Amino acid sequence: MSYIDTANDILLSPTGLEVNDLQNVLDQMMGNSINRADLYFQTTRHESWVLEDGIVKEGNYNIEQGVGVRAVSGEKTGFSYSDEIVLPALNQAANAAKTIARAGQQNQVQAWKKHSSHQLYLPIDPLDSLTTDEKIDLLRQVDAEARKQDPRIKQVIASLVGVHEVVLVASSDGTLNADVRPLVRMNVTVIAEEGDDREQASSGGGGRVGYEYFTQEDRALGFAREAVRQALVNLKAVAAPAGTMPVVLGPGWPGVLLHEAIGHGLEGDFNRKGSSAFSGRIGERVASPLCTIVDDGTLDRRRGSLNMDDEGTRTQQTMLIEKGVLKGYMQDKMNAELMGVESTGNGRRESYAHLPMPRMTNTYMLAGEHDPQEIIESVEKGVYAVNFGGGQVDITSGKFVFSASEAYLIENGKVTQPIKGATLIGNGPDVLTRVSMVGNDLKLDTGVGVCGKEGQSVPVGVGQPTLKIDSLTVGGTA
Amino acid sequence: MSRLSSSPNSDQNSSLKMTDSSDPYNSEKLKTIVTDLLQEATAQGASAAEAGLSVESGLSVTVRMGDVETIEHNRDKGLGITVYFGNRKGSASTSDFSLKAVKETVKAACDIARYTEDDPYAGLPDEKMMAKDILNLDLYHPWDVSAEQAIALAKECEDVARAEDKRIINSEGGSVSSHSGIRVYGNTQGFLDGYNTSRHSMSCTMIAEQDNAMQRDYWYSINRDASKLEAPAEIGKHAAQRTVSRLGAKHMPTCQTPVIFKAEVAKGLLSHLLAGIRGGAQYRKATFLLDHLGKQIFPEHIRLDERPHIKGALGSAPYDNEGVITTAHDLITDGVLQSYVLDSYAARRLDMQSTGNAGGVHNLYINHDDVSLETMLKEMDKGLLITEVMGQGVNTVTGDYSRGASGFWVENGEIQYPVEEFTLASRLQDMFMGLQRIGNDLDMRGGVITGSWLIDNMTVAGS
Repeated sequence: MSYIDTANDILLSPTGLEVNDLQNVLDQMMGNSINRADLYFQTTRHESWVLEDGIVKEGNYNIEQGVGVRAVSGEKTGFSYSDEIVLPALNQAANAAKTIARAGQQNQVQAWKKHSSHQLYLPIDPLDSLTTDEKIDLLRQVDAEARKQDPRIKQVIASLVGVHEVVLVASSDGTLNADVRPLVRMNVTVIAEEGDDREQASSGGGGRVGYEYFTQEDRALGFAREAVRQALVNLKAVAAPAGTMPVVLGPGWPGVLLHEAIGHGLEGDFNRKGSSAFSGRIGERVASPLCTIVDDGTLDRRRGSLNMDDEGTRTQQTMLIEKGVLKGYMQDKMNAELMGVESTGNGRRESYAHLPMPRMTNTYMLAGEHDPQEIIESVEKGVYAVNFGGGQVDITSGKFVFSASEAYLIENGKVTQPIKGATLIGNGPDVLTRVSMVGNDLKLDTGVGVCGKEGQSVPVGVGQPTLKIDSLTVGGTA
Repeated sequence: MSRLSSSPNSDQNSSLKMTDSSDPYNSEKLKTIVTDLLQEATAQGASAAEAGLSVESGLSVTVRMGDVETIEHNRDKGLGITVYFGNRKGSASTSDFSLKAVKETVKAACDIARYTEDDPYAGLPDEKMMAKDILNLDLYHPWDVSAEQAIALAKECEDVARAEDKRIINSEGGSVSSHSGIRVYGNTQGFLDGYNTSRHSMSCTMIAEQDNAMQRDYWYSINRDASKLEAPAEIGKHAAQRTVSRLGAKHMPTCQTPVIFKAEVAKGLLSHLLAGIRGGAQYRKATFLLDHLGKQIFPEHIRLDERPHIKGALGSAPYDNEGVITTAHDLITDGVLQSYVLDSYAARRLDMQSTGNAGGVHNLYINHDDVSLETMLKEMDKGLLITEVMGQGVNTVTGDYSRGASGFWVENGEIQYPVEEFTLASRLQDMFMGLQRIGNDLDMRGGVITGSWLIDNMTVAGS
């Protein structure tokens, strides 16, 4: 069965709606200068289980559904939504959304076009992928694994979250497309205690798979051991240095750097409006020739991957920076049209109750040629940062920060003492010009990223090989 | 600002919005649904249950570069139930209010409670703690604003900002939003109440340029009563002035210096304090203020208290998220910690009483000195005035603080020039004990009220 048939069965049929009705609703909206209208139907089932104090003490189940209705006229957007998927509510939302219209040219709804879709993940319901007993047993195993690593582990909080989402997009441009999106996530947080010192650390992962993913390849227990390892390392951490120095970033999740320093600044909306520090800079050198960075929504089963974006556009790999030169922006339909380019399949939204905008999927730097060990050995005095809490950017000034949660001093080419978490700060348009070595060890993160923009959260991925930045400001106290 | 984090659960609780004259939900009808939910839970075998329900609607408009950019009509609703089978607990929620959905949601919660384990601390609050005579705190001031009127206000705001200075070259727009809603809460001990609230805001974000470098800043006003919002022209002017003042920012050398956190960023420091004295942080032993009740954590001149019953205030509430009565009380007296921030679960874990803080604090005030920000700059003489902090570099388990920042360099008691791209680091314990002055420039927006803070010493990392 195609995704459209599945979505039709789950979203439309139960209330007697048919695909033809959608065409009529879109038709009504297309008068008076509206150049695009779209409908976004969504149903989401979400569950979470939480273990703490050695017992599974909380569980939650949530079910949401609704339809978002958007009318676009040039740079103007009218938006309304309803949590009832029935024709009268749909018409009411359509009437509210089209209040944006002013007198103008009449546009036509296009006939539905055929769409080829990816199948990057299976259309499964992850909530059914393990029995409740198996889910609870998995959390208990994680708890036991963490506690048996070291007597200094005093608390373990483990959670398991599963989401089953079905979406259907119908647009006046002839788009009729659907997707079934599973997503699972496990997290393990531990608290280690030694004397009066306490440290907390977390590890986890997931993707667009079923829960059995965590029982395979020792993943769940691996998260437990990793959280313990980080907490114990941090118990021994000394004050981080303060000042500007060479920084080596480890592979994988430290790709937060790319997400903040480069990624947001290359989203189409900011560049269309000219509010990004990267606006108007396509074709310019913004990174060292060692840096090639892509956004790729097509990676198999990844957290940031999508068969289609939330406007029904097939996702793709988009070249952002090639050998240091800025190549392109990430676009949704509205901003692509206003800038005279094609959508790159980056139109995303948190839910039917939010407007789509250009967002990242999986953003990473391609591998280079250096052996990671060689990179560390090239630093006389600096910092080696391998884990991060997260980051933030001001896309207009270009200033960004990201906060290390596991880092070490490098002294005379050797990794020595662990240092306390410190924030690293830089300027997006020039930080990558100072990348002098790129490792051959490209790694993607384990599937943990949540990106927030204008109040909307979406799951994303990041990745990079080990890389060296010749100078970056490290915000310690020593 | 955009941010990336690895937080395990993106918040799934739907934020609930409403306001349409055609809205079919009134307080009595919603109370009936809560009663049905609780009865259904009992019928399905729960020994106790609590249910909350909310409906909200609103309008948000943005005007950018003189023209309408977005008109959004919001209309949300949701219900959630928690059931207890003895000490086992399960929760479920949905946006569907139909009788069928109510039954299914209760069943989902009960199914979960069959699998969760006995937690001796789980359950409803102590009956004696529940709010009885519910205060009317004047929290509902609906604003019958049409999209056209909201657009006109947003446009005025943006027009004034754009005309304020020729270095303003771009805009992220002026926005107006108005939301009102109703929330009803009930439990099987007989508590059932609901009340309406409203919240309106106006904001403006500008972009200025000088020497090929752009800066962005904003200003906003928020109130439960739209007539008490700052005038659009004031908001626009303020946004423009803040943006232009950042132009020509210089770098900072790595150094030690006194720091003034402007009121709007000083609020953030109080939120780190709250993270450290929240019940969950205490019973998990995951806080830099573990077992600090009765200990000195601020200098003697500091008092911090909660005032939940101020009429019309943004943080006011007659009872907390589990129906426990809210009370005015001190959290810090003479610099000594007097109380943790507790819901009934944390209170039982710590063998204490709930402080009426399920869901958060309600109007937190820190006492201030009778000094203006200007006088504080003079007292500091030389140091940093911080107007923005960035990133997640605050560890409330250890107290380690390291965040990106921007602001102004002060010398001879006067602002010299804007500064950016540096970090500020210290430990929260030392920052709190080093709090020398609090200004009378109170920022009243939100549930945590403070003036600017002068802290004796922090480490700056720069170029």
